[in-house]
Formats: sequence, C-alpha cells, structure tokens
Amino acid sequence: MRESRSPKRPLPQIPGFLISAQTACKQATFAPARGKRAAFSVALGRPVRVSLFVTCLVDLLQPGVGERTVALLERLGCDVDFPAGQTCCGQPAHNSGYPAEARRVAERFLDAFGPTEGPIVAPFGSCVHMVRHAHPRLFADDPRRAAMAAALGERTYDLATFVVEQLGRDAVGGRCPGAGETPVAYHHECHMLRGLGSAEPPLTLLRGVEGCRLVETERSDLCCGFGGTFALKLPDLSVAMADEKLDRARAAGAEAIVSTDAGCLMHLEGRARRRCLDLRVHHLVDLLEPEGRL
Amino acid sequence: VSRRVVHPPRAEPDAALAANLHVAAGHWAAGRARVRASADWEAMRERGRAIREDAIRNLPELVDRLEASVTEAGGRVHRAATAEEACSRVVALCRERGATRAVKSKSMLTEEIGLGPALAAAGIDAVETDLGEYIVQAMGDRPSHLLAPAVHLSAGEVAEVFSRQSGRSLDAEDTRSLVDHARGVLRDRFLAAEVGISGVNLAVAETGTLILVESEGNIRLGTGLPRVHVAVMGIEKVIRDWSGAAHLMQLLPLAAHGVPAPASLSLVTGPARDGDDGPEELHLILVDDGRSSMRGTEYESALHCIRCGACLYACPVYRQIGGHAYGSTYSGPIGAVLTPALEHGAHGSEELAELSSLCGACAEACPVKIPLDRQLVSLRADAARRHPRPAERALFAAWARLWSRPAGYRASAATSGRALAPLWGRLARASRGAGWQARAPFPFSRWTEGRDVRAPDPEPFHARWRRRRG
Repeated sequence: MRESRSPKRPLPQIPGFLISAQTACKQATFAPARGKRAAFSVALGRPVRVSLFVTCLVDLLQPGVGERTVALLERLGCDVDFPAGQTCCGQPAHNSGYPAEARRVAERFLDAFGPTEGPIVAPFGSCVHMVRHAHPRLFADDPRRAAMAAALGERTYDLATFVVEQLGRDAVGGRCPGAGETPVAYHHECHMLRGLGSAEPPLTLLRGVEGCRLVETERSDLCCGFGGTFALKLPDLSVAMADEKLDRARAAGAEAIVSTDAGCLMHLEGRARRRCLDLRVHHLVDLLEPEGRL
Repeated sequence: VSRRVVHPPRAEPDAALAANLHVAAGHWAAGRARVRASADWEAMRERGRAIREDAIRNLPELVDRLEASVTEAGGRVHRAATAEEACSRVVALCRERGATRAVKSKSMLTEEIGLGPALAAAGIDAVETDLGEYIVQAMGDRPSHLLAPAVHLSAGEVAEVFSRQSGRSLDAEDTRSLVDHARGVLRDRFLAAEVGISGVNLAVAETGTLILVESEGNIRLGTGLPRVHVAVMGIEKVIRDWSGAAHLMQLLPLAAHGVPAPASLSLVTGPARDGDDGPEELHLILVDDGRSSMRGTEYESALHCIRCGACLYACPVYRQIGGHAYGSTYSGPIGAVLTPALEHGAHGSEELAELSSLCGACAEACPVKIPLDRQLVSLRADAARRHPRPAERALFAAWARLWSRPAGYRASAATSGRALAPLWGRLARASRGAGWQARAPFPFSRWTEGRDVRAPDPEPFHARWRRRRG
C-alpha cells in the first residue's frame, strides 16, 4: 500500500486551519529575497511545494509546533504536503548502538519520502542531521538505498535554514507580546550547529521578531544535556548539563529560551519547571507566529 | 579491569569539581575563539589531518625509517610490543647503569603502560617534574587531563599537600610560594638524577628527531642534565618529515591553548656529540601495545591524535564529571574512543562511549579532525554486539517493528497518547500545567527523577492533519 500522497496531486484548498485571518496565505506569490538566490524560485509566482517531515517528537508531543510550521511555510507561499507514511528518522536506535533497528525505521523514511519531489522540511535540526549524514552510511552495503538516502538527504532541510537560505527570507515577522522587549536566549541545537553548520539562520529569523531582544549567553554552543537516550541513561549528568545551560541563560538576563529541537526543549523546560524557574522555553516557530506566543 | 582501565566509568556530576574545570575550560574557550576567528584554521586542520593520516597509513615504513635515523644519529632504539616489555626495558636500562634516581617528564604513555609503578617496584626513585604531575604524584593520585594533570584540583588542595610535604604552612592565595616549593624540591632532584625519562610529542622519521613540547622547562632540564635520556614513545607519534612537523607544532599549541607557539620546544637528535652538553646516551623505546591492531579498523583515525586536550575542554560531559570519572588513563572523548579501540572492547571498555551526549563538540575541536562523535556511536554498536543487553535489544527490536510500519507507528502513538492517558494522569502527582507530568512510567521514570515530562498529546500531528485535511 502506498502511504505517501502523490506529490503531483494538488493540495485541497482548505481555508487554513492553521492560518490566522490577517495572514492567510492566498497561495501567495513566491518572492525571492533581494540580493539572494532563492534556490526554489523555480518559477516566479508559483508556490513552492514542500514535504513536511514533522519528526516523531513533534508529532507525538508537540503537534502544535508542527501546525505552526505548516502555517509559516504556507504564509511564505509554500504548498505543504504531509506524506502520511512517515514515522521517525531512526536516531534513537542509531545513537544507542542498534544500527539494524535504525535501518528498518530509516527504510520507512525512504519509502515515505522517496516518491516526493522538492524540498523536505523538518522543524527539528537533529533529525535532518540524521537523514543527511547517518542514513547514507546506514545503507552502505545497499547501493540503491544508499543513493536514494543521499538524494533525499540533499533536499532535506531544517525549517530555519530552508526559510533563510532556500526561500531567501531574512525576516518573516512574529511578535513577542507585552510591553517592551522580552530578553530571549537562543539555544543552539548541537546537531544543527555542528552537524549541519547552521548557526545563523535561526538567529536571523529571531532578529526579525518584534519585541524580542536576543541576549548573548556565555558558551551558547554547549550541549544542554538532552542527547536522546543519554537523558534516560545518565539522568543526573544530563540534568547537571541542563542546569548549567539554564543558569547561564538566567545570568544573561533571559526570560525565555528558544531553540529548534523538541528534545532539548522538553529537557530544558522539564528541568526549569522542576526547579520552578521563571523561564519560558519555546520552539523558534512559536515566535514566528504573527500573534506571538510568548 | 585492565591496566588502562582503573575502574568502570562513573557519571556522577560533582559541582565543586565542575567549578574548577569550568575555569580551565573557560580559558581554553577564549583561546579557541581567537583561533577560529583567525583566517585559515579550517585549512590548517585539514592539513594536520592529512599529515597524520599519511603517518598512520604508512606506519610500519615510517617506524623503520625513524629507527634507522635515530640509530644513525647515535641513539639506540628498543621496540616493545607490549606495555610489560616497555617497562622492563626501561627498568633494565636503569639497572645496567646502576641508576636508582630518575627524573620523569609528563607523559600519558608512561601512565598508560604503568611505568611509574614498575620503576618503584624495581627500587628506582623516579620523581615527576611537571608541576601538575608532581602534585598528582605527591597525592598518590592520577592525572585527570592529557595536558593539565591537576586541573581537577584547586589551589587550596595543592597548598594542603605541599604544606604537609614541606612542614611549613603554605598559603593557597600565594601561588608563587607553592611553585617555589616544588621548584626547590625538584632542582635538587634534577641535579642528582642519573636517568631522565621523557615521553615524545612527535618524532620526525627523516632525521630521527624527537620533538618535546612543554611550558615549564622541566623537560629541557630533565632530558639535558642526566647522563642518560630514555624517551618512551607510542609508535603512532611518528611523522614523515619536517614540513609536517612544522605544521603540527603550530597546530598543537593553537588547539591546546589558543597560542601560536609552545612556550618551550626541545628537538632531540641523538645524544650529545663530542664536546657538547647533554646526555651521553639516548634510548628510544617504541611502544606498540595495541596500536598496530587499530589500523584498518574504523577507529584507525583515533591514532591521529596529537594529545592536545582540546576535545576534553570542549566536551560538555567532561566539564561536569572530570577526567577521573572515566576510570581510564585517557579521559574525555578521545579517551572514550582510544581506550576501547586499543583493547578491542576487552573488559567492556566500550561503556566509556556512554559518557557522551553525541553533541559533536569534540570532533569540532579536534585539530586533526578525528570524527570522534561518529566513532562513539560505532563503539555503542560494538558494545551492543559484544555484550548484549537483552532487555534493551528487545525494546529496540519491538520499536523498530512497530515504527517501520505507519500502522504500527500510529497504533503506538494512539496507545501512548490516548489509551495510556489515564495512566499518565494517575502518575501525575501535581498539576504541572497543560501536558506536563511530574512522574512517568518506566523507562521515562529515569527522566522524571530530575525533570518534568511532557505527556504524549492525545491528538498527534498526523491525526490532526488527517482529520482536517483528509
């Protein structure tokens, strides 16, 4: 049974369930940014077709992040498809030393996204890193699948990098509510920062958020201690790492921490809640909502 | 438990220790920021990687060439296949010369092969002359960092040991007095030593030159004053030529301290020649002890390591638990890879690979681009294969069976999100705000020891999409 929606089938024109009235995407023309080459501006004025890889943590724990990702992409003129056969990238098994099990789940990714065309976008850098860098290696002894994984990897992007570098958008709006400015610390997701080399795109988008003041934290490159199964296997160590991250953010005067990794976010927010810290934790896409979520 | 592994890893964060480490790692990070801002750091790393790759790919040939050129320069070369052979060779060299007093320079290899205890057992009094190593030896402790053996200690702890040793009350605030104490003791030892024992940072095959890097001057004294210099070196430290050596001598201090040159560099080519000052005899002990067996494995590139210590300072785990927690001679990310790779997982040393969140900071910091994060993942797979954990394996097998099919995935999502909702709810002691729980079923109970957890959403994204967009 083919689970994936055919990429050719047009998306039904549903009044955006995710889109607020004033920003509703009227299949907006796609406008490449000034001075930047927008890789997917194949034909001006035509929507860019994007396949959403929602990722399991977002799907199961923070479906709202998935919805806001769709809303943002549609607001930017993308035609978003959700291949129904997708599950997970396989990273939990891969990082725990079970490559055969990781491979079974990675095959599902190939089956789900193989029939798509154009960019695959995920609101989660770590899974993109897995798809881009680990999938081709998992299939090292299967040239057909390895080539397919490499080809899929090349067109899989984290949301911020896709918006800034591929759509060529510097600012997409968004607003922090309340008077004055909210000091916000950005937490670099390790696999996005080092694995994908994407330090700037999320910061670029954050700078365009009204009422958001980005504060510099010392050693913002340090891991927060989530690390997938690491957080369950070595909980004390994992929590000590979260504490350092949270304390540095507070020392810098931040009232909120923003990141792009649903795992880091759950880890940091879970710890902040346990410590009863007055520190909010948000996915980047939450701040890019026109209404603002803070 | 092997020679390299003193005890199994202990992942216990220690706030006081972390405070000491954060100071040292902070200095390192400031240096690194300067280095990365400078023009061609990435190109330098790539060249460093290529130089080291050339050395390890051609290891047997280069070791032969090194032996020939050291011999030609008047030195004597001894090959040791194992740690035991290396130690007994050094002990024999001392005994043959009736030597009972030796000075030692800091060397991780001598820690690895257990040379200190071997010398002590043979009645040879070998004192460590690097300040950090001297402190650690005085405490009967082990070094906790490749370059900074006493980085885990505060000045107060050092003052305590030195006060006891000297019978005077030394002030921790007056670090100068601490240094002066060690210097006073060591000066006499340098003058009395019959043998100077050192490690080797790099050895240049084409000329037989041993390169020794330091910041305190103790290596210069310790290898120059005694009549006999015994250099102990892992065979992987060889490099082909001077062009490579010149590059690595820039890379090492940049990676280690963010400075373009080491404080002191000694180049030793043979013993003293007629009329020169210096040792009459130079012996080079070439130690294999598992290194050759790493070639051709996926861990081969760990042999490229130049022991700069950058991955330790970069590591977010090391900075919480310190080097001793690893329980092995080599700590930090490189230790977690090198130790099991040298032993092929004997003694379950792959367990060290668990001491990582796989954040990749180690690989990013490495001046010769060792893919440490990838190797840590591979070691976990080795461990799962060699030392099966049936429950964990069954869990991942069941998970893969379910999540490799959309129906299985959706069923498990519905089960955890909706059917188990009452269970999650019952486990929640306090209301933690929408979707948050203070307690969770095993294995997530490990999570909630120190953190609240998000309960699965009753309606996952895929269900919402299907409901609204068909």
